[in-house]
Amino acid sequence: MSCAAITRPSTEPDFILRSRGRVGMFALIAAESAIFTIFVVAYIFYIGKSVSGPKPKDVLDLPIFSTVCLLSSSLTIHLAVRALRNAKVGAFGSWWFVTIALGAIFLVGTAREWQRLIFEKGLTVSTNLFGTTYYSLVGLHAFHVTVGLIVLAIGMIFALLGKVKQEHSERTEILSLYWHFVDVVWVIVFTVVYVIGR
Amino acid sequence: MASETIALNLVKLGTRPIGDRLHNWVVTVDHKKLGILYILYALMFLVIGGIEATIIRIQLIVPHNHFVSAEVFNRMFTMHGTTMIFFVTMPILFGFGTYLIPLMIGARDMAFPRLNALSFWLTAFGGLLLYYSFIGGSGLYGAGEAPDVGWFAYAPLTARAFSPGHSTDFWTLGLLVSGFGSIGTAVNFITTILCMRCPGMTLGKMPLLAWMNLVMAGMVILAVSPLTAAQLMLSIDRYLGGHFFDAQAGGSAVLWMHFFWIFGHPEVYILVIPAFAFVSEIIPVFSRKPIFGYPVMVAATVCIGFVSMSVWAHHMFTVGMSSYGNTFFVITTMMVGIPTGIKIFNWIGTMWGGKIQFNAPMLFCIAFLFQFLLAGLTGIMLSAAPFNWQLTASYFVVAHFHYMLVGAILFAIFGAFYYWFPKMSGRMYNETLAKWHFWLFLIGFHLTFDFMHIPGILGMPRRIYTYEPGRGWEIWNLIVTIGVVFQIAGVVAFVINMLRSPVKGESAGNDPWDAWTLEWSTSSPPHDYNFARIPVIRSRRPLWDLKHPEDPDWKYE
Amino acid sequence: MKDTERERKWGNIVGTVAGILILLASLLLATNLCAADAATSPAIPSIFNPQSTPADSIYHLSIFVLAVTGVIFAIVFSLIAYAITKFRRRSEDGAEPPQVYGSNQMEIAWTVIPVLIVLVLFMATARVIHAIEDARMPKGAIEVTAIGHQYWWEFRYPALGIVTANELHVPVSNSSRPSPTFLKLISADTDHSFWVPRLAGKTDLIPNRVNRMWIDPHDVGVYVGQCAQFCGIQHAKMLLRVYVDSPQQFAQWVQEEKRPAQSSDAAEEGRRIFETTSCINCHSVSGTVADGRFGPDLTHLMSRDTIASGATPNTPENLKMWIQDPDAIKPGSLMPAMKLNDPDLDALTAYLETLR
Repeated sequence: MSCAAITRPSTEPDFILRSRGRVGMFALIAAESAIFTIFVVAYIFYIGKSVSGPKPKDVLDLPIFSTVCLLSSSLTIHLAVRALRNAKVGAFGSWWFVTIALGAIFLVGTAREWQRLIFEKGLTVSTNLFGTTYYSLVGLHAFHVTVGLIVLAIGMIFALLGKVKQEHSERTEILSLYWHFVDVVWVIVFTVVYVIGR
Repeated sequence: MASETIALNLVKLGTRPIGDRLHNWVVTVDHKKLGILYILYALMFLVIGGIEATIIRIQLIVPHNHFVSAEVFNRMFTMHGTTMIFFVTMPILFGFGTYLIPLMIGARDMAFPRLNALSFWLTAFGGLLLYYSFIGGSGLYGAGEAPDVGWFAYAPLTARAFSPGHSTDFWTLGLLVSGFGSIGTAVNFITTILCMRCPGMTLGKMPLLAWMNLVMAGMVILAVSPLTAAQLMLSIDRYLGGHFFDAQAGGSAVLWMHFFWIFGHPEVYILVIPAFAFVSEIIPVFSRKPIFGYPVMVAATVCIGFVSMSVWAHHMFTVGMSSYGNTFFVITTMMVGIPTGIKIFNWIGTMWGGKIQFNAPMLFCIAFLFQFLLAGLTGIMLSAAPFNWQLTASYFVVAHFHYMLVGAILFAIFGAFYYWFPKMSGRMYNETLAKWHFWLFLIGFHLTFDFMHIPGILGMPRRIYTYEPGRGWEIWNLIVTIGVVFQIAGVVAFVINMLRSPVKGESAGNDPWDAWTLEWSTSSPPHDYNFARIPVIRSRRPLWDLKHPEDPDWKYE
Repeated sequence: MKDTERERKWGNIVGTVAGILILLASLLLATNLCAADAATSPAIPSIFNPQSTPADSIYHLSIFVLAVTGVIFAIVFSLIAYAITKFRRRSEDGAEPPQVYGSNQMEIAWTVIPVLIVLVLFMATARVIHAIEDARMPKGAIEVTAIGHQYWWEFRYPALGIVTANELHVPVSNSSRPSPTFLKLISADTDHSFWVPRLAGKTDLIPNRVNRMWIDPHDVGVYVGQCAQFCGIQHAKMLLRVYVDSPQQFAQWVQEEKRPAQSSDAAEEGRRIFETTSCINCHSVSGTVADGRFGPDLTHLMSRDTIASGATPNTPENLKMWIQDPDAIKPGSLMPAMKLNDPDLDALTAYLETLR
């Protein structure tokens, strides 16, 4: 026979702690921020240090359209989550879809830029320090966008199957935190690569 | 004060078939089983890492020895360091944390049980991947393709040009994979500690073990990621023709060092802070007093967490930084010694005026105090940059960090083993065998690592597979190697104890040490659900309050 | 108290005291032996036997740091030892001792005092860092460029037009006529570190980076050291010898090094072999067609006491073995096995023996 003992009857006032998903996501975002910080530091350290090959201002164009799309997707995902919180499942589905579309447009824009850089300007990851740091940093970000899109797409499938309800609004909000993080990272990458680095 | 007991009738149905029971362990998401898996995994690698160390010491027992070739020796010291840090110490500490944190904060499991399991298996797979390197490439001849670039894998030695085989890649990939496991565990620790404490347990009332694992987990989040980033960069260099660390293209070897040590220094605090946690739980119980200065201990730990992120380049004093750069890192490194010293005084304050019992856990913690003191002081010596210019990369610094890793951390871990063994297995270990373990290991430790400081002072660098006679290093290397024999004997006593006692030990009961934190209120071993009813607590020592209703802690805190 | 309890108690006390005494005794013994050794034997590269200003400054700083940390050790050690003896449980009456939760005054005391100690140590340290790192090169200084290779040292004296390997010659420097040697440190491949303990702290050689250090040896003699940053398979045998010469000896050495290789008809056959095999791809001999930079300059090979960067003494037998089978001396070094037949090997060695 086994026993468990408690110290006193439960007459304590409510002891409410933060939600697990939110804390967990913030911890994950902190870890990812640390990884990105190192890549950004490497990029900044190597600005101007390539011994040969194309320079940033010779080959880089400002990706304005992709950036606008990605940053807007933060707004649309916020609208999606707000809709779900207010039990508007249909609106949620629409805004969620627009978010995915905008993210996909961003990735397509990145892909086209890379195609231009590789085949027209001759800049690859092995060309010089600029090439290495550029593709690594932008690539790492694009990888995170891709992972985010995959997760959002899974959410889209659940929404289309009618399985997403108001009680899931907290989970979608936590997912949207990741997406906002990806956007903030892009703001930093954009500033470092396309503004400062050029 | 009313208290209820809830009786749960458990009917024994007979044991399940062995296949079922093993399957249960493989698919478990229960934090207690995962904790034990981490610990057993780490113990296996402790033995392997110890064999690697023994091979190193046999090769160095006399000058110009031919026990192993240079090639094998270089793989041995690389694997010894990598194994002991990533596949022994980190998993053991994660394992104890995973096991104990929910129990100590009155929760039923960690915040993310499946992530917990994933993290363990990622760590395990990373280790197996690293060790597969011994049979990769040229097979067992010359120890295969096992990494031979040193555990910190300095560039450009790791570039394709200088390491043409796959040894570096095994190092990189094994650690990348287990690094993701570590980050998963850290996310779990932080979330569990912040979100799942039982009612009444504010942050100021949770056990120091929880606080210290919280700080440790925060540091893992911030420190392991730079290593992951650097390893990704190294792989881009090696496989995609990148130039991050390629001197010919303008890349910088020093940048690798910065990135590595931005990980590497907080890493050693990640290893030592949970050891502090063990000592902070054990010393009070065996001194029969509460921890002295709980708030200061918390503040000091948090301080250490922050300041230790700013000291990394004290591993790079010889790299040719400017005098200003060197001076900055001297002051931050010396500063981090202050909260560390405060803790030693608080532990002494805990013992002061107490009634000390010298059971095995306490013996190991007392040895910890002496040894941590000395290791910290050799650390202060190393923080004085000019002194460091002589001592770094020599056997002095090897002695210093082994004093920390073995003398402080491993001793605290052994103490933790003996302290929580009754809880985890339900049986008492054999105290006589434990004392043999302690004294044999103590003698071996001191023979090896006290005298190891001397060859460093006499000019012997580290990572050399042999050395010249006539430089005065022979006698010290001999003594250092002899100490290994005693350490092995001690560990044998430990392993026998751990294997025999779950079967032959006497039944431990819930609370063999008359301790005060929540894990001692559960059965030994705890049921799967930990607590039938989530406890509600009012002070830092809930069981003290239960046992001393006339004089509860919450009146004084 | 039961008998087993009493036994255990005494066992613990005796054991603890014995352990402490053994620890203290061995530490004292060790320090004495170490200091004794260092004092009597100049061949031992002890950091506590400095013979040059940087090593001297470090030595004095280290004594200060050791003194401070020694006092801290003695005090805290005694506190712990006292606590575990005085406050051990003596009776089984089960009463708990007074529960003390902390003391703000003590916390302040043992925070403020360490802060002051740290400030003092820091200021002493900062002074020495500046004195060594920011020292200006005086007019009479010898300038050497040290280039680290996988498993050997290249030394160039640009102002004197000399190139040599592995054994560094510098003039002795006294305070009335200082002639320090300032070294520029670069690397041809991986990271290395220049460490001759009795002359200075170590400084790394890192590719794509120029580091600087200086020495001003106070006494003639040979000072040994070796590479102190893991650089690959034969890191252990990348040894260093610094020959501190009197001004006359140094001048003579410089004269000899400046001369091109002396030819001798007796070694014509060996010289032909040298110049028609791949030797010249890696090695230089000034005044001949051999102009390789990958391996050490051999113009004055016979002026050196050791070959293979200190791995073995410079004797004809060792030289033969090095040429024919380098792995026998330094397995993994980048010198290829030349696979000459015996007559060729003998002739080649005879030629190399003429390179004084």
